[in-house]
Amino acid sequence: MRAFDFTRADSPQAAVAAGGRFIAGGTNLIDLMRLEVETPERLIDISRLDLARIEDRADGGLTIGALVPNSDLAADRRVIERYEVLSRALLAGASGQLRNKATTGGNLLQRTRCYYFYDTAACCNKRSPGAGCDARGGFNRIHAVLGTSDDCIATHPGDMPVAMQALNAVIVTLMPGGVCRRLPIADFYRLPGSTPQIETVLEPGELITHVELPPPVAGARHLYRKVRDRASYAFALVSLAALVKVTDGRIAHAALAFGGLAPRPWRDPAVEAALIGREPSVEVFAAAADILLGEARGSGHNDFKMPLARRLLIAALRDLTQ
Amino acid sequence: MLSRTEGAMHFTINGMQYDADIDVRTSLLDLLREHLGLAGSKKGCDHGQCGACTILVNGRRINACLTLAVMHQDDEIVTIEGLGTIDDLHPMQAAFVRHDGYQCGYCTPGQICSAVGMLDEVARGWPSHASADLARPIFDDDEISERMSGNLCRCSAYPNIVDAIREAHAASIESEQAA
Repeated sequence: MRAFDFTRADSPQAAVAAGGRFIAGGTNLIDLMRLEVETPERLIDISRLDLARIEDRADGGLTIGALVPNSDLAADRRVIERYEVLSRALLAGASGQLRNKATTGGNLLQRTRCYYFYDTAACCNKRSPGAGCDARGGFNRIHAVLGTSDDCIATHPGDMPVAMQALNAVIVTLMPGGVCRRLPIADFYRLPGSTPQIETVLEPGELITHVELPPPVAGARHLYRKVRDRASYAFALVSLAALVKVTDGRIAHAALAFGGLAPRPWRDPAVEAALIGREPSVEVFAAAADILLGEARGSGHNDFKMPLARRLLIAALRDLTQ
Repeated sequence: MLSRTEGAMHFTINGMQYDADIDVRTSLLDLLREHLGLAGSKKGCDHGQCGACTILVNGRRINACLTLAVMHQDDEIVTIEGLGTIDDLHPMQAAFVRHDGYQCGYCTPGQICSAVGMLDEVARGWPSHASADLARPIFDDDEISERMSGNLCRCSAYPNIVDAIREAHAASIESEQAA
């Protein structure tokens, strides 16, 4: 691990003024620092800031502090009652030990598990821009099939952000100048294009302080289904966070976000538009899957993700509309 | 704000006070093993994948390898050395002995610390991926397997580990009801 300067911040304002890399749970960052994939010169410890509460909002939604551990968020009674998909997604991720340490803000910024990003002897445009991408012609079984570019086919590895995408979460930040921003999660993650090292719209030194969940959709059924190589403690090959409501025999609400398919949690409004107003049937679900995967492109080892995503979508919608 | 790259730090571990003059890069696991002689916590993968380094910080189980010691100077740290002694085993340690919940023993301190933290999570009503009803989890062997998935045993002593944890859980419920 490279040497760094360590500072503990005593307020969010002091943290953003300090000009360094933030550390809270550290479960991803410390691993990457040990491998020298990340080499920050200065760490700002934000773990003791007063950002670890979950609060009710007047509109029936919740405001989640950026430092709320994944365990606490998953076990919160309000989350279980109103946003079951979020609790399910959190519990499908990592292990008990990691969920106790990992935070809400940190989980949003979790970095890809692409083998070539982790291997400093390999070429990776995300780790060292312009170096090339060894994943394209390499072992790419876990890689993305949607939203990729010539420069990067890495996936976003998270579960929690996939559920938050289906829930239309809003990410609240504090900028170094002291200005707060509210960023809808749909606009938060960037696709790789020719700059895969830039993963979100956050400015340098901008701190996530909260995540807001809008009021729950009354009557919607929730599901988080994760397909992975072992039954627990593994990253998703494909996952789906879905909220569906059927009224008078027709789909009245559909929010579908996928993990494991793309460099960010993947939600396609055209897929939902193909479902809303329709009577649930396998034909309707298959047509939605065709739209989802219309632009999908495999790199060889990950070609299986297309039929897998298709079957996952159809099975999940069948369960949710029965 | 205090800024530093190394220096004297202070820790509370198993109810005892410790001082250490260490680099800020030192993980909590390396502090325990290399600087304080508390070698009960084991280093398996050093990446948070195996769970051999599991300890309790403020009562919660975490991977000691994936956190910096400098960040834990205000915390109550408990390691396997603080759970019980040879003459006075923690009930979870006694259950592992009774059920032979190990072969080589390398993962055992992490398994036991993790199991102790896990049963506390169960007592608080926390659900898991295996819970059909998140609001009312029912504790069974599937729950034990799911909740302990962050601890690997390459000898594959899993059946006996599950037996030990099931018994320790039943005993803790009994003693709660008796109290």
